[in-house]
Amino acid sequence: MSAEAKMEIGQLTVSASPHIRCDESISKIMWTVNATLAPAALFSVYRFGVKALVTMIICIVAAVVTEYLIQKWQNKPVTVSDGSAFLTGLLLAMNIPSTVPWYMPLFGSVVAIAVAKHTMGGLGYNIFNPALVGRAVLLASWPVAMTTWPEMASKVDGVTSATPLGILKLQGYEKLVSVFGDKMEMYKSLFIGTRSGSMGETSALLLILGGAYLIYRGYINWRVPVFMIGTVGVLTWALGGHAGLFSGDPILNMLSGGLILGAFYMATDMVTIPITNNGQIVFAIGAGCLTVLIRLLGGYPEGVCYAILLMNSVTPLIDRWLKPAKFGARR
Amino acid sequence: MNYWEIFKKGIFEMNPIFRLALSLCPALAVTSNVFNALGMGFVVMFVITANNIVVSLVRDYVNPKVRVPVFITIIATIVTLTQLILEGYFPEVNKELGLYLELVVVFAIILARAEVFAMKNTVVPSFFDGLGMGVGFAVAMVFIGAVRELLGPGTFLGYQVLPASYDGPLIMILAPGAFLVIGLMIGMFNVIGEHQAKQAELKRRAATAAGLVVQRSEA
Repeated sequence: MSAEAKMEIGQLTVSASPHIRCDESISKIMWTVNATLAPAALFSVYRFGVKALVTMIICIVAAVVTEYLIQKWQNKPVTVSDGSAFLTGLLLAMNIPSTVPWYMPLFGSVVAIAVAKHTMGGLGYNIFNPALVGRAVLLASWPVAMTTWPEMASKVDGVTSATPLGILKLQGYEKLVSVFGDKMEMYKSLFIGTRSGSMGETSALLLILGGAYLIYRGYINWRVPVFMIGTVGVLTWALGGHAGLFSGDPILNMLSGGLILGAFYMATDMVTIPITNNGQIVFAIGAGCLTVLIRLLGGYPEGVCYAILLMNSVTPLIDRWLKPAKFGARR
Repeated sequence: MNYWEIFKKGIFEMNPIFRLALSLCPALAVTSNVFNALGMGFVVMFVITANNIVVSLVRDYVNPKVRVPVFITIIATIVTLTQLILEGYFPEVNKELGLYLELVVVFAIILARAEVFAMKNTVVPSFFDGLGMGVGFAVAMVFIGAVRELLGPGTFLGYQVLPASYDGPLIMILAPGAFLVIGLMIGMFNVIGEHQAKQAELKRRAATAAGLVVQRSEA
């Protein structure tokens, strides 16, 4: 036997299937998602100042520390380095205004990780998206602070303003356009992100770029953001205007609020949405419909958070309803 | 049967709210502060004990087929009495509890104890069963109320406990906060219960092992 062949035999390993694995792992996916969020996060720090950075750091540190303590306490393997708690903290930070006092992001992160994630059994077992639960709890807890957004245009501290959707809801479309000057200016401002809002929902451009990369890598399904944003666009175009059917402004509705952030980063959470393509389409359309329902008829100007949480709760039903037939079997 | 055992089981082992998960409606609705929780706790304690006594007295004369309407009538009578007493002597409590006082008639735990216990036992054990369940219910209510009042407005029985600058989460005094607190407390009780069961199992094993050793050495 040649030396080469011997070496080859020495390298043979006996193992159970699967034999071919891809090099994806939870931590790789999570850190990639974190990285794609970084531009939008940095942009918000640039726009909102150091306060945004502080709020973001509080969110992330609180989420990671909570996860560490809970896993230690339960004698489970500590998985804080996989980036999922980091992502929850970052997403929560993107969902709240930068001006909130320090204890609100802290409380939100602890609730998100401890209640929404670990009481359900940890990563992969949670029914609801932890970051959105954190935000919903914060919104119910401090409704005023959570809906007071910093004014972007002025550099003066403490000046607040309503979000575009808030103005649309309370003062109407014409007023909103006049705030920005004209329609094109408004779209541009919404797209680039020079408007008030929660930290992560301002720049549609950077969020779409980040989301597009995730779609390219195959980490998220393109159907979810496309169908969710599309549903919101069509429905607000058809029903959102005051001059009868099809007089709404779909571009405004698609670009404003937390829709882009939610559609790309929260409605695509692997754990809390249906497994099949068809199921994800149903999920996305449902979330879009609920968003429009809340925006047009509800008490809140924005409803992406609740829409996704509500659809999270029917995910098991969608999965059961759209269970694919076994190969060769009749339904 | 040991009366102390009957009394005790309602407080922890079979706590109406945390272990049996019965009567969660009042546990959600009237626990936003300790005062209301305490008031409701006492009312239910009285009603459940009185109902158990009456049911155990009349159980031989009730046709099993119509027992539920009969029980409900008895409970309704007791609740009406309680309501009139509260209205007369404790108008403040009556005002706070409001509608929920009338709803005591349909609290699951009261009917459940009548069905499960008072229907099958004599007066004295039924009295202790009702009292134990009532105390367990009241303790659970005050527990939930205390957590919600402390974390929400930062007070206890209306007195400011935490510094006035404390800006508590509003959710604690809203219904979702009650769900969170009850859920987490049920989880806590399950953990303690499991731990106790494990300890008892270990003790039993140790005892049997010791018994085996004794038997062997005797052989």
